Amino acid sequence: MIHLKINGQDVQAEEGMTVLQAAQQVGVTIPTLCDHPDLEAYGGCRLCVVDVKGWRTPMASCTMEVTNGMEVVTHSPEIETTRKTILEMLMSNYYDAGYENGQKQETQLMQWARHYGVDAKTGMAPAPRYAVNSDPNPFVWVDMNKCIQCTRCVRACTDIQGRFVWGMAERGINTHPVPGADTDMLDARCESCGACVAYCPTGALDNKMSMGAGKPDKLVMTTCGYCGVGCQYELNVKDNKVIRVTSTEKAPVNGNHLCVKGRYGYDFIHHPERLLKPQVRRYLLEGKKKPFISKPLALSNAEGSATSNQWDWVETDWDTALDITSQKLAGIKKEFGADTIGVLTSAKCTNEENYLMNKFTRQVLGTNNIDHCARL
Amino acid sequence: MSNSMDDVSQQAQAFFIIGSNTSEQHPVFGTMLRQAVRQRGAKLIVADPRKIDITEFATLHLRQKPGTDIALLNGIMYIILKNGWEDKSFIEERTENFDEFKATVMQYPPELVAEITRVPVEKIYEAAEIMAESKPMAVMWAMGITQHIVGVRNVMDLANLQMLLGNMGKPGGGVNPLRGQNNVQGACDMGGLPDVYPAYQSVTKEEAREKFEKAWGATSNTKVGLTVTEMMPGILEGKTRALYVLGEDPVMSDPNTKHIRHSFEQLGFLVLQEIFPSETSAYADVLLPGVSFAEKTGTFTNTERRVQMVHKAIDPLGDARDDWWITAELAKRILLATPERIPSEAPFSGWEYANTSEVMAEINALTPSYGGISHARLEAGERLQWPCPTPDHPGTPILHTKQFTRGKGKFMPIDHVSPAEKPDDDYPMIMSTGRVLYHWHGGQMTRRAEGIMKVYGEALIEVSPYDADKLGLAEKQFVRVTSRRGVIEAQAWVTDRVPPGMVYANFHFPNASANELTHAALDPIAKIPEYKVTAVKVEVVKEL
Repeated sequence: MIHLKINGQDVQAEEGMTVLQAAQQVGVTIPTLCDHPDLEAYGGCRLCVVDVKGWRTPMASCTMEVTNGMEVVTHSPEIETTRKTILEMLMSNYYDAGYENGQKQETQLMQWARHYGVDAKTGMAPAPRYAVNSDPNPFVWVDMNKCIQCTRCVRACTDIQGRFVWGMAERGINTHPVPGADTDMLDARCESCGACVAYCPTGALDNKMSMGAGKPDKLVMTTCGYCGVGCQYELNVKDNKVIRVTSTEKAPVNGNHLCVKGRYGYDFIHHPERLLKPQVRRYLLEGKKKPFISKPLALSNAEGSATSNQWDWVETDWDTALDITSQKLAGIKKEFGADTIGVLTSAKCTNEENYLMNKFTRQVLGTNNIDHCARL
Repeated sequence: MSNSMDDVSQQAQAFFIIGSNTSEQHPVFGTMLRQAVRQRGAKLIVADPRKIDITEFATLHLRQKPGTDIALLNGIMYIILKNGWEDKSFIEERTENFDEFKATVMQYPPELVAEITRVPVEKIYEAAEIMAESKPMAVMWAMGITQHIVGVRNVMDLANLQMLLGNMGKPGGGVNPLRGQNNVQGACDMGGLPDVYPAYQSVTKEEAREKFEKAWGATSNTKVGLTVTEMMPGILEGKTRALYVLGEDPVMSDPNTKHIRHSFEQLGFLVLQEIFPSETSAYADVLLPGVSFAEKTGTFTNTERRVQMVHKAIDPLGDARDDWWITAELAKRILLATPERIPSEAPFSGWEYANTSEVMAEINALTPSYGGISHARLEAGERLQWPCPTPDHPGTPILHTKQFTRGKGKFMPIDHVSPAEKPDDDYPMIMSTGRVLYHWHGGQMTRRAEGIMKVYGEALIEVSPYDADKLGLAEKQFVRVTSRRGVIEAQAWVTDRVPPGMVYANFHFPNASANELTHAALDPIAKIPEYKVTAVKVEVVKEL
């Protein structure tokens, strides 16, 4: 254990911890931008500087390790002035073209600018230096005018996704992230996981599908419906519509990380082809015999036409559809036996639904003919 | 999975991935493995005919010929045994039948194995050396192991390997099948299988039947039911007359599409509960609109047996209804129409549920491994992996720590068997099938996701540069792939991901679905089709 003082308070920290982590541990908030607990420390933005006794200049707390007897001051008029100056300098290279972004809340950069009284409108660069929406990736909005060179995108792609799409190009004021050898993201082998967007603190990388969608009415934590990893995330809901998926460190399996389907494959939910009314074939409503759907192999039959209007869909209310279905199933069971009915339950549905399908098959129908796509 | 994703990714000294395209099919777990290799130097052995993405992080890539996994595993175990690298105390204390197993393995010297698998002898040695030196090692697999006529035997041989190395029951080890669908684990756990009630209580065991008869108040059927791969052919034999299908699309996902379509044409009655019109809905008599995961509350069980809440975020769209409500309404109506099965005073005979939390309470009562997993505990932030038998049980992140389910682990002697379909002069190449990163299974969801379609908007068939050259195939040209059952045409992706003699196709797009070509050769125990080996002919589609 290392013993140090933070703002006069005795603090114990584990060896190898940074000053920033030691401060966070005791509830002291130091402003940060380039730092993120999931990523390797970088020490680039300098917003987290603190005074350390015996050091001539303010030190970046995100890269400085704790040592015994260290005395740290995280907030003083001088430090706060330094931070404001840093934000003003960052802002002088920042340019906001004025569109509504795709974020669920105010970006981290804007939060700190507001906190330190730095006005983004008056303080920002006079003109853009890059094209807005400069990458054709359908999920990631790129606007390098908002970039502060914190490299969180580079580290997210390297440390978390392990894909190495982003790197820093050029020098000095022109330094900025580029995909691959300054090509586009997909060409640089991007897997569209959106980690770079999730970790970007400025909106330079943003959710293209959510641009202008606004802020959510609510965030609902749920479990992804694609693969078996069991990632959790927040569905951003506005007016009964999912407008965005955001990752959260609260997810037990995946933390802030997701894949392309989880983060960006949600728009099927509101697709216009969704089935919204029960439907039955006309022959069922009219009590007729089932027409041949197409010509059976060895037979040809006058009824055997796919265009038979007896085969048309008719929208019904729930009672009609449920009554017809239950009568048909009960009839087949009575005439041919329960074992002539099969049930396919669903690996996409919940445990509760699957349990009921199992109960339905075994208790109500009286057969064990139940399976699902586990084999396929 | 016998283990959990975090202990595997944080504590394994080595990973052995065989028949799993982890970084595309379980992408977030794939990134955990990439991080382990990059950040802490864990060794990664990948055995896969294809140069899948995760091989970029591999210490060693073994490109076995499709359908030769047993020979490969036996060859590796031969070297381990020859050198005395097995975990003798684990074998002594925790296992049985070792000698019989060893006798079989000793029939697989590396030279013979190299001939069967086309993996060079020195690579087989290298694999055995890494496995002997880097412990614990976690084994991961998916459908590349199971979708063979020897699927069950493949899995048993992987269990042999892990017992031989003593990698069972400890963090960073284990046998870890990666379950495909979000809740395929739960669907199995909940009795969505023809031979078992929830928690794998066998329908052929008197004790289990009595338990559920008492609980549900209905006599039980003593006969093991049909698997999906048996129900479908059963239609043409008059054995299957009606199907109630929830959220599945057999036309896309089952083998030999032409045969499936023909079967559905002959089916007496098909009820489909779905969120979209699908390839299968064309054959449905009734369509009942269920809801997407965003509109429902309940639980999913992930690949590591972790039960997690699904929360309703939006109200059901239109007149769509909760899937559990639809099933319950059908149950109530059918019970009224079949008075001989009207349930008695049994505690769980009824179908009146106010919400899915009440359904979970019934699951708790009847499913020993889920006995203590309630919505209330999950909502309170508890992280529960089954078995979790009681309300105060913390769950079980790692299985088989002290003993196996049957007591001692039984080594099984497993011999190599060739795939059901062999290439010949007419169909000289091998096709394997699977999914790609951007799409999901039959594609009903992802083909309706706009951005995803921009990145991957049509089926691509992977062809090796060697074969492309032989065929005179240029990049972006179309190929026609024909098997004994069907034909598809799709754009070729010339890539060294596939070795010469092999093509890879997916089943995401109805106009070029690999399942038009696949066949229903089944594993005799699991009844899983051999999707990974289909003999095909590949031709260039000449432009008109």
